Amino acid sequence: MAEIRRHDNRLGLWGWLGGGRWGVERYAYILHRLTGLGILLYFLIHIVVTSLRAAGIYLWVEGEFLHQPIFRFGEFLVFAAFAYHAFNGVRLVLVELGIAVGRPIEPVYPYRTSLNVQRPLLIIMMILAAAFLVAGGYDFLGLGK
Amino acid sequence: MPDSSTVVRQIRFHITRYNPELDRVPYVKTYAIPVREGMTVLEGLHYIKDNMDSSLAWRYSCRMGVCGSCGMLLNGHPTLACNTQILHIADRELTVGPLPNFNIIRDLVPDLTPMFDKHRSVKPFVIRADETEVNEPAGEFYQSPEELEAYLQFTYCIKCGCCMAACPTLATDVRYLGPMPLAAAQRYNVDSRDDGRRARNQVTGAAQGAFRCHYAGECSRACPKGVDPAKAIQHLKRRLVLDYLRLARRKKPCQKLHGPGEGKPLPNIPAAPGKTVPGDSFPNLPERSP
Ligand code: SF4
Ligand code: SF4
Ligand code: FES
Repeated sequence: MAEIRRHDNRLGLWGWLGGGRWGVERYAYILHRLTGLGILLYFLIHIVVTSLRAAGIYLWVEGEFLHQPIFRFGEFLVFAAFAYHAFNGVRLVLVELGIAVGRPIEPVYPYRTSLNVQRPLLIIMMILAAAFLVAGGYDFLGLGK
Repeated sequence: MPDSSTVVRQIRFHITRYNPELDRVPYVKTYAIPVREGMTVLEGLHYIKDNMDSSLAWRYSCRMGVCGSCGMLLNGHPTLACNTQILHIADRELTVGPLPNFNIIRDLVPDLTPMFDKHRSVKPFVIRADETEVNEPAGEFYQSPEELEAYLQFTYCIKCGCCMAACPTLATDVRYLGPMPLAAAQRYNVDSRDDGRRARNQVTGAAQGAFRCHYAGECSRACPKGVDPAKAIQHLKRRLVLDYLRLARRKKPCQKLHGPGEGKPLPNIPAAPGKTVPGDSFPNLPERSP
């Protein structure tokens, strides 16, 4: 029998990002991945910049290149990514250890899933992250001065 | 009561079409059909096939949410065509596509083979050292209602693949086992008759196993049977961690009651009432030929 051709219908990255009709946990998932990648990128740049001192270049001392406001703001973004990643990470640890998802139940329509069970935890963690962000913004962006 | 005999309105079905012998890529064809109250998407597809375009292909069997054949992408949601009423999800327009994350065989027919291969790889059956007892049982295994509840929810899976189509991790990683096979693994892992968890751990704890899941929860949101595969996977991960750290309690699989009538009735259950019909139960039934 001749091999029948198939059309590859895998969503690829669109499967992450095509989130128009999806639930809040999926957005949390996407943001967790993006902030993780962002922090990793920052870490790599950080290594490069600090290693420049071997060549006698100190970009971070007073009055140097890295003291422009845009970098200050960039630093705040890294902090924001960290705050989100850390607090959402605590939720994920609790969820993935099966602690915050509830026990198996008899499915009765309309179904209540583990998503409903862990949702309060998500809300608490996001409030904590937001509080962290506000406090950090005060300091980083010089709002408190 | 809504009247199911009269047409409520016309709805335009935007259906993904693909014939591997003629088309290089799938395309969308639109059919406007009259829709009655209570009509399901599956009935809509039948209307199109009967009256407008006999070449339309899709897969279905039970038309009552039991066989798991008719999973489709309806208005962007993976769900069952037979279990979804058109007027519940569409005002005027309805898009109908094949389940994503699977190859398309033709039109709305996805190739579910990779899912079933992964399902097979997690050994979805009761594994015990006393194998003859499983294959040719001499009695029933004893299982309490609580032990049944530990896995019952995950047995409702009809292998429709909706969860696999919804999972963002599977969208970028074809080798990830995916929610359905992992939920099936958990279903047997927590079955008190089973002793195969450690064998399954080799598959579910591998690089493409449970730890690829990051709890986007889309599988549980999509599942038309309330199986909650995301919950199953998180419980599975917990066991994997405990097993890895050697912290899990070793439990023997449950034993059987030897032969019918060998079990002891609980003291607070009254005896069954006596027969109300005299004689043999079914004296008039013809002998069954073997
Ligand atoms: S877990 Fe739910 S969505 Fe997934 S295959 Fe089973 S019934 Fe379908
Ligand atoms: S919870 Fe896990 S398996 Fe379910 S959709 Fe999310 S990543 Fe996929
Ligand atoms: S036709 Fe069987 S589940 Fe829809």
